[in-house]
Amino acid sequence: MLRQFWIAYLTITRKEIMRFTRIWIQTIIPPVVMVALYFIIFGNLIGQRIGEMDGMSYVDFIMPGLVMMSIITNSYANVVSSFYGAKYSRHIEEMQVAPVPNLVILLGFVTGGVARGLSVGVAVTLVSLLFTEFSVHSPAIVLLVALLTSCLFAMAGLINAIFANSFDDISIVPTFVLTPLTYLGGIFYSIKLLPEFWQQVSLGNPILYMVNSFRFGFRGASDIDLVTALLVILSFIAVLFAVCLVLLERGTGIRQ
Amino acid sequence: MYALEIENLHKTYASGLQALKGIDLKVETGDFFALLGPNGAGKSTCIGIISGLVNKTAGKVRIFGHSIDDEFLVAKSLLGSVPQEFNFNTFEPVEEIVVNQAGYYGVPARIARQETERYLKQLGLWQHRRSQARRLSGGMKRRLMIARALVHKPQLLILDEPTAGVDIELRRAMWDFLDQINDRGTTIILTTHYLEEAERMCRNVAIIDGGSIIQNSSMKSLLKQLNSETFVLYLREELAQAPRLERFDNVVQLDPQIIEVEVPEALSINDLVGELEARGIVVERMRNKVNRLEELFVKMTAKPDTEMLA
Ligand SMILES: Nc1ncnc2c1ncn2[C@@H]1O[C@H](COP(=O)(O)OP(=O)(O)O)[C@@H](O)[C@H]1O
Ligand SMILES: [Mg+2]
Repeated sequence: MLRQFWIAYLTITRKEIMRFTRIWIQTIIPPVVMVALYFIIFGNLIGQRIGEMDGMSYVDFIMPGLVMMSIITNSYANVVSSFYGAKYSRHIEEMQVAPVPNLVILLGFVTGGVARGLSVGVAVTLVSLLFTEFSVHSPAIVLLVALLTSCLFAMAGLINAIFANSFDDISIVPTFVLTPLTYLGGIFYSIKLLPEFWQQVSLGNPILYMVNSFRFGFRGASDIDLVTALLVILSFIAVLFAVCLVLLERGTGIRQ
Repeated sequence: MYALEIENLHKTYASGLQALKGIDLKVETGDFFALLGPNGAGKSTCIGIISGLVNKTAGKVRIFGHSIDDEFLVAKSLLGSVPQEFNFNTFEPVEEIVVNQAGYYGVPARIARQETERYLKQLGLWQHRRSQARRLSGGMKRRLMIARALVHKPQLLILDEPTAGVDIELRRAMWDFLDQINDRGTTIILTTHYLEEAERMCRNVAIIDGGSIIQNSSMKSLLKQLNSETFVLYLREELAQAPRLERFDNVVQLDPQIIEVEVPEALSINDLVGELEARGIVVERMRNKVNRLEELFVKMTAKPDTEMLA
């Protein structure tokens, strides 16, 4: 039984990875180009006038956040478009008729999202080498935070896809929720620059914890305590995981 | 052992539409069974529930004795289903679609490749294995779904209108293919709205209309019923009991002066009246009894067959 589920898991995962690698021009290249532009504009052109942020050059400061942003956007985008596509053209039924537990379906899609998030993350990191000379304080923390964050947003993408009824619905959340939260999540500035009130508001933004713990992994310093940040991320993962499983179990959006 | 048992199956869609109104059905292992009915009768709904794509409102379904609720993993692995509408990723290559399906059932990769090759060859799709599925013709897409349904070696194969949109020559080839699969021991259930198809292929048949099963019998007895006509006869004298006639089996007494007789195709009304007169029974009036089955088939065949045109 376990072997059967393992094969099913590998099948879904492989299919998910093939999907985004086959269309790499649409999936891998755009975030790389975008991040290169950020580095050129904010890092080199404007950054020189900004001077230091939190004791480091501006371009060094934004680098972890830009990588994190790419990971978040891409792990989310992968699952939301793949799952919604499967629902729309009904090939999700291929998994529904087969003896695949919902947990395996969930893990398969999440692994696909993580794979895309991390692939883009690596590509973007390589590009940033052209613009900044960074060192890594703790590779383990960098990897752990990247992994957890991509898991979290892969599941968020799945929930979006389950409820989506049109292609519009799969771009509304990224545009109106994800992007603003990311931009306000401390990628471009240290929240210490904000007035006390807005600092408190920012603490309600989950992305702040990911960006800062990720920055900690690179620089060994950040606005937020690492343990707090990891606990926040893990609790989000636990909640989203449970929601995903319940929705799949109920067949919301995929079974009449 | 029944390949499929359905008890009191109900389905009400969210729209409030009652698509199934308490269906009971049993299909023997090894049978070739037709579920016949006009469009909108509830055939696809029924199949959707069996294969886990539609939630039932009430009732029980067992596949080779395994409940689709409590033992769905076993039940699902015994079943292969070919849906009415294409539901594969049209951008994926043909071979990948079938191999992946085997993977979902836990078939190891090497065996999955072998089985895929076997069925794609048998169904004439092997030379198209690297094409994206959207490049296939309608008939080829249908056969792709059959290969996909068989790749994990199910004991029960259910096909929802498998020959819709398939031209007559390929239709025959598909019938032969399904016959072979059935001969090798796979139980087959197919839905159709062509009586001819059911007649050519199936041993037993259930007819569904408006969400209820209105007939469940062998194909033979269905055809006999379709080819005979029932008359209601009003007699001059009262009879103590239904007369026993030589060439007419189904004689029912409805009233002391009214009887109902089924006249097979080979016999005429004259034969009937003659036999009755020979027993001193005089018929005053008669009328044709409306046959629900015939009515149903008129309804099924009168609908414009859009798939044939497509
Ligand atoms: N998803 C759905 N929502 C609401 N009604 C549906 C849905 N699917 C089918 N129906 C209705 O249920 C009835 C039975 O449909 P179906 O099972 O597809 O019949 P058949 O396959 O025999 O043509 C029809 O009246 C159809 O309109
Ligand atoms: Mg149908």
